[in-house]
Amino acid sequence: MHMPLEDTLDLNLLTANQHQAEHNHQHFQGWDLLCLNLMSSPGAGKTALLERSLPALAADLRVAVLEGDMTTLLDAERLEAVSIPVVPITTGRSCHLDAAMVSGGLKLLEQRLDPSGLDLLLVENVGNLVCPAEFEVGEHHKVALLSVTEGDDKPLKYPLMFRQADVVLITKVDLLPHLPVDLAAIRRNILSINPNATVIEVSALTGEGIHSWHHWVQQALAARKQPVPALATA
Amino acid sequence: MHEVDMTKCLLISLNEWRDRQAQPTAMVETVHLDVGRFTCVEPNQLVTTYNAAVQGSWLDGSELTITEIPFVGRCVACNASYNPVPESAYRSPCCDHPLKEIVSGRELRIRSIDYRTDARAALESGQIQRTR
Ligand SMILES: Nc1nc2c(ncn2[C@@H]2O[C@H](COP(=O)(O)OP(=O)(O)OP(=O)(O)O)[C@@H](O)[C@H]2O)c(=O)[nH]1
Ligand SMILES: [Mg+2]
Ligand SMILES: [Zn+2]
Repeated sequence: MHMPLEDTLDLNLLTANQHQAEHNHQHFQGWDLLCLNLMSSPGAGKTALLERSLPALAADLRVAVLEGDMTTLLDAERLEAVSIPVVPITTGRSCHLDAAMVSGGLKLLEQRLDPSGLDLLLVENVGNLVCPAEFEVGEHHKVALLSVTEGDDKPLKYPLMFRQADVVLITKVDLLPHLPVDLAAIRRNILSINPNATVIEVSALTGEGIHSWHHWVQQALAARKQPVPALATA
Repeated sequence: MHEVDMTKCLLISLNEWRDRQAQPTAMVETVHLDVGRFTCVEPNQLVTTYNAAVQGSWLDGSELTITEIPFVGRCVACNASYNPVPESAYRSPCCDHPLKEIVSGRELRIRSIDYRTDARAALESGQIQRTR
């Protein structure tokens, strides 16, 4: 059957998630904090980055973490060691965080502290380069991590993640001398799919580039009262 | 794995749509979905998980039809439309420019629903309605 153009329902499949994400975002605005959604493949170094960054960030910011480990408390336990409030989010076996899961995490966070006293809320998403990119959680910015050991073709194979990210951290750069990987090609591929991305090279092991990453966070904090880009789709 | 989550999203949207209807929906015949090629959804898997998920629900027996929407970018240098491909890093073939503007491919939308509001009336008239 032919369908005339005006005969449309035009309902976004992710409407329910987006409503919840907007709701979360209103909370973040009300609490006057910056929320960053950290995403990468498993093992790219999200938790290691947090372990390295949190003590330095906490020197002049009040920070908390929502930890979206799939089934275990391992990452949350690693982060508790740096004395920052960490709330584990139960994701069951879901391959990504969605806005409702983060909302649940926020309720737990509120039981522990008053979020309006926070400046920065970091969300570690489930390790997965595909799905988290499609599910907004209400964050101000998406942060994608790509480790140099993953190869320079990954931005091309998982384009949505790198397209959606506002900042891409190329991690584990301390390993570059041992790898046949082309750092310039990683950069070029990221910027081909997303010319607006900020790309920063970091090593959680040596601390290289961490200052640039923190500088980006500070800039995002300073800009957070400006209107946020519309939640992505079509 | 994410097709399961996408199916859940779809069912939530369909339930919300049903709850908004003035007349009770007797039966859904077909759900028409637009899925862009630059999304994380694989159409065949979505149909499979949908068929499994609706069993025993009010949507049992309905069919999910997916129209794939091509991934189209626009070259900001010369304004030409093109299909971004990984082999050329999604850059424009005309000017070798990065993918700045996406024209289509990010769609994930329920375009329309073919349904009957009342089984007896529908049987008599043979009419199936489509959403507006
Ligand atoms: N050499 C080197 N190794 C690193 C660096 N960052 C992380 N690693 C190692 O990479 C492995 C994975 O790091 P994680 O921080 O657990 O990665 P993740 O992204 O949090 O992993 P999931 O949460 O399981 O997805 C660990 O063995 C880290 O020690 C780095 O900068 N340099
Ligand atoms: Mg981790
Ligand atoms: Zn061109």
